[in-house]
Amino acid sequence: MTTDEAKEIIFDVLSNIAPEVSPDEVEHDVDLSEQLDLDSMDYLNWLIGISEVTGVEIPQRDASHFLTIDGAASYLLR
Amino acid sequence: MIEFKLPSLGADMDEAMLVAWLVAPGDIVERGQVIAEVETDKGIIEIECWEEGYVDELLLEPSPTKLSVGTPIALLRSIDDSAPARRAGAHDGAIIDAADPVEATDETEAIGTDGEDEALAAPRISPPIRHLAHELGVDISRLEPTGDRGEITRDDVRSASVPMSAPNERPRATPRARQVAMERGIDLLAVTPSRRDGLIVEEDLPAASEKPADATVELPINERDRGQAMRGAIARSMERSKREIPHYYLGTQIDLAAMMSWIEEANDDRSLTKRILPAALLLRAVALALREVPDFNGHWIDGAFRPSQDIHLGVAVSLRTGGLVAPAIVNADRLDLDEMMVSLTDLVARARSGRLRSSEMSDATITVTSLGDRGVDIVFPIIVPPQVAMVGFGRIAQRPVVVDESVVVHTVVDASLTADHRVTDGHRGGLFLLAIDRLLQEPDKL
Repeated sequence: MTTDEAKEIIFDVLSNIAPEVSPDEVEHDVDLSEQLDLDSMDYLNWLIGISEVTGVEIPQRDASHFLTIDGAASYLLR
Repeated sequence: MIEFKLPSLGADMDEAMLVAWLVAPGDIVERGQVIAEVETDKGIIEIECWEEGYVDELLLEPSPTKLSVGTPIALLRSIDDSAPARRAGAHDGAIIDAADPVEATDETEAIGTDGEDEALAAPRISPPIRHLAHELGVDISRLEPTGDRGEITRDDVRSASVPMSAPNERPRATPRARQVAMERGIDLLAVTPSRRDGLIVEEDLPAASEKPADATVELPINERDRGQAMRGAIARSMERSKREIPHYYLGTQIDLAAMMSWIEEANDDRSLTKRILPAALLLRAVALALREVPDFNGHWIDGAFRPSQDIHLGVAVSLRTGGLVAPAIVNADRLDLDEMMVSLTDLVARARSGRLRSSEMSDATITVTSLGDRGVDIVFPIIVPPQVAMVGFGRIAQRPVVVDESVVVHTVVDASLTADHRVTDGHRGGLFLLAIDRLLQEPDKL
């Protein structure tokens, strides 16, 4: 998987949670929840979606990697 | 013959448009089954039928005409019009084919179609347990009752819900499939995946979009109009609240250190889908506190407080496109923490996609709003009439607190209570908030 592919998955999942958000508007290195006003339920559903699509387990202690789009992408590429 | 009328959809909702029938004449309807969809100011609402019987006639076609609550929309024929033997046969066939995914997966459970068949009275089950079964998607007609008097017990329902894939659980699907399903109004739970790993892909969807009855109508309301209509519904409800209800307000800071460390530890071993959010514990504490201080649970109707035996927690859910809805978690005090989390996740998802059920819109006995880990510190709620109280939780945040004469940093939340002074006084309100506080100090017991 390349970074672009990882980000495509990440945005694809995000589009289910915040369908009104256009990917162009999202800053990749800024806290995602704050930027898009995601609540804890949205955020959890985002993690669940990414995990379902990629098959990557995301233990709670690693959730801090998923604060930003960049952070999430680099975690998936590890 | 039973006349099925458009049920109440909440105090601020008195009309709706029939969008689709999900049953056809001749079908058997079970209690709690979704039989139609209506469009309201608050989105699509699935209409449940609490009668049992055969569908005799659908009185109205889907159309953009606004119908008042109470309008007869279908005729049902009660089951005891037919011989018991026929019912058993029909039971094995027709109902099991219906859209209930529990049926298909429930192969381990004994099929207990009772021989005597007490028609509408069977099977024996108390209303709270029936609600629980409904909430967990358990088909009570297939349970083997273990109660002393042959009734279905809570454990019967629970044990039936555990081994199978819970209907509230999100089916596994690709994001694309999920989106397409949402757009086309397809229930993913009813989709059979073609892939061996059970993941639903887009190609699986078209065949699954066939509903039992395909009488659907173009949605007459667009998003912008719906936003305005919802604003109007909120305005009517809040105007009535501020006009009629003498509100009083209380607040207290609750130390969540114990709760947060319990959650962290509990979530450490859990997979993502089983993870617990703070909101589930807050809701559970409110539900249990209401058992101790029940005078905040019920409705003010015709000049008097009508307490409710059941605790249906309305949960304020803000919609991403603006507006909010407050559907109910039915019988919230009877759900354990995991069930509460499942119910909450499911309710929020359906509230946001506009697929709530009629009972959820009308049954709340108190409402809770929780701002989670973002937003402001304190919320001063306005009561949703005809309820008599609302509990608010502000942002969960770290703040200095005094413990054993030293200042330390703890995670805390400001809990607030707004209540109807016609029903209770501040002293009772204080006891209610303190009960919530006390319960949250022992999260392992929640």
